[in-house]
Amino acid sequence: MLIVTKEEVEMKVSELVEKFGLKVFSGQSGLENEISGGYVSDLLSDVMGNAQEGQVWMTLQTHQNVMAIASLKELAAIILVKGFEPEEDTIEHSNEEGIPVLGTDKATFEMAGNLYITLM
Amino acid sequence: MQKFRADLHIHSVLSPCADLEMAPLKIVEQAQKAGLHIIGITDHNSTLNAKVIRDLALEKGILTLTGVEITTKEEVHCLAFFDNDEALDTFQQYLEQHITRISNPDGHFGYQPVVDKEEKVLELVPYYLTSALKKGISSVQKYVYDLGGIFIPAHVNRPLNGLFSHLGFIPKDLAFDAMGITGNTSEKHVRKQYDLDDNISLVYNSDSHFLEQIGTRYSVFNIHKLSFKEVKKALNQQDSCFVEII
Repeated sequence: MLIVTKEEVEMKVSELVEKFGLKVFSGQSGLENEISGGYVSDLLSDVMGNAQEGQVWMTLQTHQNVMAIASLKELAAIILVKGFEPEEDTIEHSNEEGIPVLGTDKATFEMAGNLYITLM
Repeated sequence: MQKFRADLHIHSVLSPCADLEMAPLKIVEQAQKAGLHIIGITDHNSTLNAKVIRDLALEKGILTLTGVEITTKEEVHCLAFFDNDEALDTFQQYLEQHITRISNPDGHFGYQPVVDKEEKVLELVPYYLTSALKKGISSVQKYVYDLGGIFIPAHVNRPLNGLFSHLGFIPKDLAFDAMGITGNTSEKHVRKQYDLDDNISLVYNSDSHFLEQIGTRYSVFNIHKLSFKEVKKALNQQDSCFVEII
């Protein structure tokens, strides 16, 4: 679990995509979302309880509940790590909610480290 | 209508985490001692000891639901039961096809013997049985229903490997017959904690890994006769059948 938050951070999801060559699976309309920090966890109940609005969430879970929680917590985007791809209904939800689902081949440790350095 | 005591979550010696005393005859004898009329055999991702236990239990008048405790891709544990050998065998193939294979050399994770009535070891499953399938919970559930089975998310009140701990809430397209609970709790507490309506049946199970645990947690099925179909009806609160936790 890793929490990054900093009030004065100003970065958009689209900038993150460009900087780290992330795949954009869905939710393109949310690419201008502002990022306030990051959160890492694969237990959805933990994310539901602890993630903060505007954070980018890194996970290997691809189930559609991931999107429902991202929407509930008003997260900026989701990054699926290690080459995982979203399920079909996850993509559908992401498009409806305008919360991008992104992808990287990097492991969580590396991706979270990169994001941490970028935002802090 | 009659009342039958049921413990639907019992591991045999085949589960890597179960005691080596969990042999077919011993499980049946202990179930009888505990006053159970219905047992569920649910080893991790394998059905291979279920039939031999069912046959022995039948001689004692105990109904066995032959099944399995599945680890889904999300690592949510779910119970599934099948009412005929064809469906059970088909599901066994599905498990073997989709499990993430992690080798279990020299019983590193625990021994996983398939045994016969006399406790003779027929086979040692060479890969770790508790690892996750590569199939998500919804697709596992659909397959179980295609085979006419019963599907029950296991120990939903547990902080690990439960539906709520891993997926946060009930996925909107997930169908199930009931939810399993275990450990020291009460029906009222679980319903309140997870906001579960009365139309969702809860079944209290022991999740036994040791003989003395069998039947320490149980549910009472109010059904017309001992059969798989009646159990399924009770879980779904049909035909005036129902389950209660006393």
